[in-house]
Amino acid sequence: MILHQLIDYETLRLIWWVLLGVLLIGFAATDGFDLGVGALLPFVGKTDIERRVVINTVGPVWEGNQVWLILGGGAIFAAWPPLYAVSFSGFYLAMFAILAALILRPVGFKYRSKRDSAAWRGGWDWALFVGGFVPSLIFGVAVGNVLQGVPFRLDDDLRIFYDGTFFGLLNPYALLCGLLSVAMLVTHGAAWIVLKTEGRVAERARAYGQLASFASFLLFVLGGVCLYFFVNGYAITSAVDGAGPSNPLLKDAVMLPGAWFANYGAHPWLLIAPALGLGGAFLTFVCFGARKEGLTVLASKLSIFGIISTVGVSMFPFILPSSADPRASLTVFDASSSHMTLFIMLVVTLIFLPIVLAYTAWVYKVLWGKVRPESITRKGGHAY
Amino acid sequence: MELDIVGLSRLQFAMTALYHFLFVPLTLGLSVLLAIMETVYVMTGRPIWRQMTKFWGTLFGINFVLGVATGIVMEFQFGMNWSYYSHYVGDIFGAPLAIEGLMAFFLEATFVGLFFFGWDRMSKVGHLTATWAVALGSNLSALWILIANGWMQNPVGSTFNIQTMRMEVSNFFEVLFNPVAQAKFVHTVSAGYVTASIFVLGVSAWYALKGRHIDIAKRSMTVAASFGLAASLSVVVLGDESGYLANEHQKMKLAAMEGMWETDTAPAAFTLIGFPDQEARETHYAVKIPAVMGLIATRSLTEELPGIKDLVVKAEERIRSGMIAYDALVKIRAAGKAKAVDPAAQTAFEDNGANLGYALLLKRYTDNPAAATPEQIEKAAWDTVPQVAPLFWSFRIMVGLGFFFILLTGVFFVLSARRNLLARRWLLRVAVLAIPLPWLAAELGWFVAEFGRQPWIIEGVLPTAAAVSSLGAGTLLLTIVGFAAIYTVLIVIEMGLMLKAIRKGPEDDTDPQAELISPAIVPAE
Repeated sequence: MILHQLIDYETLRLIWWVLLGVLLIGFAATDGFDLGVGALLPFVGKTDIERRVVINTVGPVWEGNQVWLILGGGAIFAAWPPLYAVSFSGFYLAMFAILAALILRPVGFKYRSKRDSAAWRGGWDWALFVGGFVPSLIFGVAVGNVLQGVPFRLDDDLRIFYDGTFFGLLNPYALLCGLLSVAMLVTHGAAWIVLKTEGRVAERARAYGQLASFASFLLFVLGGVCLYFFVNGYAITSAVDGAGPSNPLLKDAVMLPGAWFANYGAHPWLLIAPALGLGGAFLTFVCFGARKEGLTVLASKLSIFGIISTVGVSMFPFILPSSADPRASLTVFDASSSHMTLFIMLVVTLIFLPIVLAYTAWVYKVLWGKVRPESITRKGGHAY
Repeated sequence: MELDIVGLSRLQFAMTALYHFLFVPLTLGLSVLLAIMETVYVMTGRPIWRQMTKFWGTLFGINFVLGVATGIVMEFQFGMNWSYYSHYVGDIFGAPLAIEGLMAFFLEATFVGLFFFGWDRMSKVGHLTATWAVALGSNLSALWILIANGWMQNPVGSTFNIQTMRMEVSNFFEVLFNPVAQAKFVHTVSAGYVTASIFVLGVSAWYALKGRHIDIAKRSMTVAASFGLAASLSVVVLGDESGYLANEHQKMKLAAMEGMWETDTAPAAFTLIGFPDQEARETHYAVKIPAVMGLIATRSLTEELPGIKDLVVKAEERIRSGMIAYDALVKIRAAGKAKAVDPAAQTAFEDNGANLGYALLLKRYTDNPAAATPEQIEKAAWDTVPQVAPLFWSFRIMVGLGFFFILLTGVFFVLSARRNLLARRWLLRVAVLAIPLPWLAAELGWFVAEFGRQPWIIEGVLPTAAAVSSLGAGTLLLTIVGFAAIYTVLIVIEMGLMLKAIRKGPEDDTDPQAELISPAIVPAE
């Protein structure tokens, strides 16, 4: 097969770096609804029927949304195997906590309304809360740690050794990022609830949404300021061969204060990423107040796009720096799959991602409209 | 199995995979049965078929959601617990997993929402399309997972890259059209169809015994018996294909399943029953049927089937060749750092690189496989023999169950053709009691395939022991206990809801626009 030579290795790596961002943003923008709705459930729904309304805003779509997470895992495995291997084994207990919380979520959606008992339903409501809040927090904490560098080493066989502990992950900067992640996804969930419901539920969601979008704005600013003053970046000190073999140990790199801001100095137009993050959060806040339901969701998506892009752009070309041995850091140019695998996966993605987006849009269209208490309690209905 | 890091990692993977596989077969089969039932509804316009689709759909949903929840764990566990594996083969193994998400799981999960929530929002044909999309998605999902798994059993289309210290894809089409993957796919999917058929048959038989929902029970039994008969025949035929392929690609697994220590004269006999003894390296009290094994595995009367002892001798040869490859690898790496080339080492690696994995078997005994002693080599060669007795028995129980399913679905197929389904109460009771058996067969099948692959995680390429993450035993114990606790609670809840829904039975669904019931508002706390 010579076909993969059509696109050179370096370009493919850059494309897959962008696609990695697309997947993370896709996950946050779709499954983010479900995470935010879960985290808000006990607060915006006070009676059983209100809570069922809230659950049914995402009832028919959470399964599809969640595939973004599965696809994210699969695509990282396929396109960035070292990233998959180092991050999930390094963050082992944190991943376990995420998985435990995420197991509760589908089960909570499906099983909650199958029994007419207040204790049963109340229990699942808290399970859904955990399933929304805990992953939102830990995803942010993980990103906060990635920005600071993760204590791993590689030996000559590229076997991975991790020096950190679970509690080491919970440092102040990482927790700040965790809170930002929670605020961002709660904003997103609130925007969705406002769009899909009416009356008291919608009003409560609006109030929480305003609070959360305001917090997103502040935490994002604070995160940037702390990144500048307290967090060291990383820089490659050897020549970069964009088409070189995927072996991190073939380069040299150092920890360097301020390095995470170097890309903006070299290419000021990249500042558009943090600008969208801030502008999006601000616009979301305004739209909540102005009762522009559809626009609120779009503004929230814009903010998610800006915030996640900012992380990627600041770190480029690093994707997972190592604080224990900066030389072992994973970068776009030494942590990818082979040329052929990246090419095959790109072809598959170009064929299937548009199809997925098309039918997802169609399903959302079929399910368009507000969720009302009557449609849930109707006999022969199929609501959760 | 020692409970060191490797043992604990295997225990956790086996536990979570076997648990996940409790829900998968029913999803695979029931999604297709739902699509068939709804097709009949759309074609005939008779509401009873819609009612059936909705009822079995409710049970499908209770099962499906745990498959989804436990599937998330599977997706991330390779990286969490098997990080060296992920690094070593991610270039090949990751692709089918990602494609599974993109091509199959999105389809299944997006349309399953419409299946449950779309009844009143779409046309009949529109909803039917959604149901078929779910069935297609879940079956395609199995295809990609088994392409990934098939590659673990028969790692085609890939080569080792010294610079990146990993396997990389060299021919993607070989990975895609791996004969082992194709056989496994049809075998597994058919097993799922059997599981769903026996489930529908058994639950319907229970209604028949209770004299409830007779119309629905009879129709369901007819669908389940005919579909189940075709599926159980296919399982056995494709199981036979798997046996044939195992002889081509995994001779040791086959020999272990058969408790075959010595090479038999062709055509080899099939050991119907016996007591394999790992210590004595023989199978006691073997009852043999002449020639059958040779026919199954080689489809010839003259080809020999190698026994375990001869295969160990071959493994020893490959270990020695692997040691040369390992030595060359170390030299090439050192030369690479010094920006020099070592042509002798290059040639040695080209000649022996295919056996590099066998040298890694020695890592259990020495840090430097290139300098292993003859005793260590012999030990490592015997490590290539999996535990024979559990494989031998699991395989026989699975096959026995397979033939029982043909008989059971066959009998009900005949009764249904004679329009006499409810004639024999004892047969209905047998059908009810048979409900758990397909699960047993499916789990045993998983066990034979994966336990029989040991000590390899990738046959001949990477030993399981070398594939683990560098985690602490305490950490692993914590997550094993954690998963066990969560999974136990969930299975109790799932079984409870399943039984509740079955006891409640199909809802009257003649008029979907039925009157509103008063919203019973239960306080939230």
